[in-house]
Amino acid sequence: MKLPDPIVQLTHYRSAVLGLFIIGALIVLSIVTVLVIPYDEAIARWRAGEELWGDYPRNAVPEWFNLFAGNSLPTTIIINSKDGKIPKDIQKVTDEMSTSDMKFTFDYPWDRFPSEINLFLTAKFAQKKPQATMIWKTPDGRQIQLGDTTVGIVERFAISTDQRLSLKLEGRAPEVGLFAQPGTIEKGKTPVVQKGRYELIIEGLTFEKDSTLDAKLVIYGQAYGLAGTDHRRRDLLLAMLWGTPIALAFGFLAAVGSTLTTFSIAAIGAWLGGWVDQLIQRLTEINSVLPTLPILILIGTFYTRNIWVILGVVIALGIFSLGIKTYRSMFLQVKEMPYIEAAHAYGASNLRIVFRYMMPKIAPVLIPTFVTLIPNFVFLEASLSVLGLGDPLLPTWGKVLNDAYTNGALYKGFYYWVLEPAVLLMLTGLGFAVVGFALDRIFNPRLREV
Amino acid sequence: MATTTNNTLLQVEDLYLYFRATKGVVQAVDGVGFDLRRNEAIVVLGESGCGKTTLARAILRLLPRNVYRYTGKVLLNGRNLMELSDEEYRREIRWVKISMVPQAAMNSLNPVIRVGDQVAEPTEAHFGLKKEGLEQAREVFQRVGVPVDFMSRYAFELSGGMRQRVAIAMALVTSPDLVILDEPTSALDVLTQANIMNVLKRIKQETETSFMLITHDISTSSELADRVAAMYAGHIVELNDADHFFSTPLHPYSQKLMASVPTLRQTKQLEFIPGQPPSLINPPKGCRFAPRCPSVFDKCAEEPPLIDMGERRKVKCWLYVK
Repeated sequence: MKLPDPIVQLTHYRSAVLGLFIIGALIVLSIVTVLVIPYDEAIARWRAGEELWGDYPRNAVPEWFNLFAGNSLPTTIIINSKDGKIPKDIQKVTDEMSTSDMKFTFDYPWDRFPSEINLFLTAKFAQKKPQATMIWKTPDGRQIQLGDTTVGIVERFAISTDQRLSLKLEGRAPEVGLFAQPGTIEKGKTPVVQKGRYELIIEGLTFEKDSTLDAKLVIYGQAYGLAGTDHRRRDLLLAMLWGTPIALAFGFLAAVGSTLTTFSIAAIGAWLGGWVDQLIQRLTEINSVLPTLPILILIGTFYTRNIWVILGVVIALGIFSLGIKTYRSMFLQVKEMPYIEAAHAYGASNLRIVFRYMMPKIAPVLIPTFVTLIPNFVFLEASLSVLGLGDPLLPTWGKVLNDAYTNGALYKGFYYWVLEPAVLLMLTGLGFAVVGFALDRIFNPRLREV
Repeated sequence: MATTTNNTLLQVEDLYLYFRATKGVVQAVDGVGFDLRRNEAIVVLGESGCGKTTLARAILRLLPRNVYRYTGKVLLNGRNLMELSDEEYRREIRWVKISMVPQAAMNSLNPVIRVGDQVAEPTEAHFGLKKEGLEQAREVFQRVGVPVDFMSRYAFELSGGMRQRVAIAMALVTSPDLVILDEPTSALDVLTQANIMNVLKRIKQETETSFMLITHDISTSSELADRVAAMYAGHIVELNDADHFFSTPLHPYSQKLMASVPTLRQTKQLEFIPGQPPSLINPPKGCRFAPRCPSVFDKCAEEPPLIDMGERRKVKCWLYVK
């Protein structure tokens, strides 16, 4: 198959090949994302709370940071007694009462402390709640009492926020104190992780015949997945992936909507002339004075933040953009060409002349402009999101930036949180820009390199 | 004026087309009248800038925006075209009754569509018949001598002569009563010119079509002409049969024109008319040709009438007033 000429020419520019590759990758990523994670599911997951994201660490960096940090960042350890992988020792004491002992054993090989420790206890009972006593065993054999509790149907035993435990550990946070080498947790010293095999022993007591006790230990790491997590434990990968189709769709639709209308209106004005042309010119001038961003902010603040409404407004404001002036000047030239006059002579209608004769002639000039315009709208959507006017439902790159900003990501050192969406935005811009520049050279002969 | 017979296709009376320009009003077509019969070919001769093309445009109502005066009568089959609205004119006359091969017809093809589609365009635009349009296009391609497989080419893939023929094909595709050809051969080499004149002659023989041929190429136009109209400075100064015009032209201007035609292998001094045609913004009072006329005399200070010499011969010159 023979590729169209402009595409062949495009491959002569190395930058354009890179750009095409970036655009292609983004498009493939979008398609895969939309197919794998449906729209509704993406929204539902992004808006879910602890019930879905409870086992994820908070503000974890991407796991591949370990490649540069010498594997020192812990990942999350989850041990659930319901999986049946840990020994559970159930002994009858009386007819009614029995003990239920569980031993959670795990290796801790990392240099950094975990970010949080939670124990989720679940119990089945009719009236009498079971009891549980937790004991922490370090690799060097020390035993630390974590306390005891009665267990409701679902009980969250937040070890990390246990004040009494913290006092016992020289005032250190439990996730530090429990994992530190003895002698390093005192005031003024830097705690050092004690690597090795840890154990959490839960001694349970149930008071009814059919009563059971289960537990899930979550030791949250500092690194997670490909993209890390945010302040609400959400996997940023979801936003990064879903941000792609949204950004591309928004940019593409806005660019198509505004350029096509602008282009047609310029052609119609140039061909009909007279008061139609005058009206179009004046509307363009008025529109060029209207500030786009403040109008969008007003709509976002007072009316709706729905991304598709915003898209419509962006297109509407783009219809009478200053591009009309540029296109009109080109159309005024085309209008005087003999073949247009010939078309007029043989009785072609105005519409026919505008759409079949004038517009295809200038269309090649439109293509580079169109391609370079796409990232503009992608950035516009991101800007609105950063200003807190993004669509409240959708996970987008701009929303992630907004979250990062409001949670002081840079101040707290969560650079990945800002850099991930920023890099994706920059890649999008770069890809379309270099392809646009190359197309400009192809379609605009005066820029062509000799 | 001329007696209207049943055979008359086009009758133009007192046609004026003035333009408004920054320096004043351009009197491009100034009271022109002539008639044309069915299957007849009239050649409009004259120097550049004497209003020939403007006359064609006035008939086909292809007007620029700065029209100052557009009056007169254009009767086609007895129907006054000047009374039609623009939209009626577009729907009922253009290409249905009158078609045109514009000046620089080679550039009159849409660069972004195939020439076959281009030729089918008038049929599609007027009757909404895309398929029939293509069939008719195939037919006229054969008639004008363009290979049918050229239909799928673009204009830039054709030679000048081919493009000219495609433009002629486009003028013929709707079988109009009148085809106006504005300098159809001016940018072509002599062989192609001859070829195209032959094509036109054959079409004239095979169909009922009338032609109005605008040119300054006297020798080539003599191939097709039945009638000749000589134009000078917005006036028709002579209307004559081709035979008479080419042998015994009446008006001094026509005589000068004929004397300027080169003849092969003869040591004849080619004549030319000194000076230039007058500006049409402020044409001289009286006979407009007077400043350049060799036979000028007192009377020429007044505008001469168009004198009917009988046998459809007319001349606008005081010399013929008895």
